[in-house]
Amino acid sequence: MAGVSSGTATVTLPTDEQILITREFDAPKHLVYKAWTTPELVKRWWSGHRAEMTLAEIDLRVGGMWRYVMVAEGGFEVAFHGEYREIVPNERIVTTEVYEMPEAPEGEAPLNIVTFTEAEGRTLLTLLTQCPSKEVRDLIINSGMEGGMQEGMDLLEQVAISLR
Amino acid sequence: MARAATTADAFNAVAEPRRREILDVLAGGERPVNDLVPLLGLAQPQVSKHLRVLREVGAVDVRDEGRQRLYRLNGHALKPIHDWVKNYEGSWSERFDQLDVVLEDLKQKEDGDGGSE
Repeated sequence: MAGVSSGTATVTLPTDEQILITREFDAPKHLVYKAWTTPELVKRWWSGHRAEMTLAEIDLRVGGMWRYVMVAEGGFEVAFHGEYREIVPNERIVTTEVYEMPEAPEGEAPLNIVTFTEAEGRTLLTLLTQCPSKEVRDLIINSGMEGGMQEGMDLLEQVAISLR
Repeated sequence: MARAATTADAFNAVAEPRRREILDVLAGGERPVNDLVPLLGLAQPQVSKHLRVLREVGAVDVRDEGRQRLYRLNGHALKPIHDWVKNYEGSWSERFDQLDVVLEDLKQKEDGDGGSE
């Protein structure tokens, strides 16, 4: 689309338990925040191209819950939910994020820390996922893989990513 | 979790924090072992042991220059790891591309309202 200057998402792994995603947007931060926290808007982008979002519930207050459901190709339903832990409008959101699957690991949920920083009308978004363990972190990364072919894979590290 | 007791792939080779430190240092350029010893605060035999594991998976290359052995990073061997993360990055990139479209709409709507909320 003309006029849309999209940045590039960058994923790094600062520690064994973390995933850090950064991306710049050609829009002021209050709009990025709005798109991030408004159900009708979340529905338009969160599932990407490969799935359709059937539910986006957001109770945007500390202690409030959110839940997203999407239907991927083949009718496979994927759902996530979490609880808001910290909200600074247009600045920062901290939530838990639980992937609803039968074999989900027990225990503490991963924490997502999202920050919105504006400079000259553009917004730098950072999404830090803090996992309770390396196993959970690796599971999340593996979720981006097709068919779980990398299942059971051990580590990686930022050094590899810096070699792109 | 059961896992083969092998260091023969890049994932296992970089699973050890000290080896990742070595790769970090070598990412800055070729180095002799003697440079790595003080930087890592390890004894030379340990550093050599880690370097051997990294060499076995091809993550580092070595060459002799005079009486020094120089080690350097070989990014190709780490490509599987890079690819692993790259796939995750891809799904977020797709998401964010969609978000760009939403933001463009929001910007136009705001402009249409004379910039007011």
